[in-house]
Amino acid sequence: MADSLSIAGRTFASRLLLGTGGFPSLELMSEAIAASGSEIVTVALRRIDPGARGSLVDVLSDAGVELLPNTAGCQTARDAVVTAQLAREAFETSWVKLEVTGDEDTLLPDAPELLLAAEQLVDDGFVVLPYTTDDPVLARRLVDVGCAAVMPLGSPIGSGMGIRNPYNIALIREAVDVPVVLDAGIGTASDAALAMELGCDAVMAASAISRAQDPVRMARAMRAAVEAGRLARGAGRIPRRLYATASTPNEGLPELS
Amino acid sequence: MIVLNGQHSDVGAGETVAAVLERLGLQADARGIAVAVDGQVVPRAVWREFALPEGARVEVLTAMQGG
Repeated sequence: MADSLSIAGRTFASRLLLGTGGFPSLELMSEAIAASGSEIVTVALRRIDPGARGSLVDVLSDAGVELLPNTAGCQTARDAVVTAQLAREAFETSWVKLEVTGDEDTLLPDAPELLLAAEQLVDDGFVVLPYTTDDPVLARRLVDVGCAAVMPLGSPIGSGMGIRNPYNIALIREAVDVPVVLDAGIGTASDAALAMELGCDAVMAASAISRAQDPVRMARAMRAAVEAGRLARGAGRIPRRLYATASTPNEGLPELS
Repeated sequence: MIVLNGQHSDVGAGETVAAVLERLGLQADARGIAVAVDGQVVPRAVWREFALPEGARVEVLTAMQGG
């Protein structure tokens, strides 16, 4: 497949990962998944509600997408490891989007706990995709313990603040030899395009799509933005200059006064 | 007394995980379900024989929408 995304030996045509959180209905979620072209979608693990059983797993299975369970809400390595093990039981996948957050207001990753959990899960045979800060050193440490990709934030989860430190995202791309998936902070399509232009291999969007006024249209926008950004990255942008560089030659300019 | 998903329940010690799932209307081969007892994973393969100890905290989990 031309220009496919490869993670842990699996290849995907789409470079857009979708979070299922925040959609007002399962129907809208299904439509948005189709419009996004995403092949990987995240799900969380929570206490079952015997009353409400429009089965999310069935809907996603019908959509033909890969489930990527997350460990959202975990604040310790131990909780995250057990949650990943439970997700493996529930969904029969050893892939996990590892989230260990250290602060309820910002939901920023807790670096020491994250690294500890990543190491333990890799040892337990998991394909670990950690949600991490935009710190190139931490990203490298996560890859050193065996993570299959890194998922640095652009800005806090659900903030829609875009990519606050594009230089660090570019440095992370240079620092590691696994896929870099920009996760968290995407607000609109241009943020996704920027992530790809910075060299990210994929973009993960959740709230930006699910909480948009028209989630299906935003899913299409994100898909187009990821493709555009990827193309632009490959095409090689011109350098930024302070002064103008004429695009029209001066040779042959007539004297008119 | 068994604590089921954070609530005191009338599930008794000695009942199996499979029996608890049945009370919740779930088949033992249900997709997308995971069970933890006292903070440890109980693999699907042993649901039918795993007997709950007195005071066990049982968590029955499934997929929810999430980023």
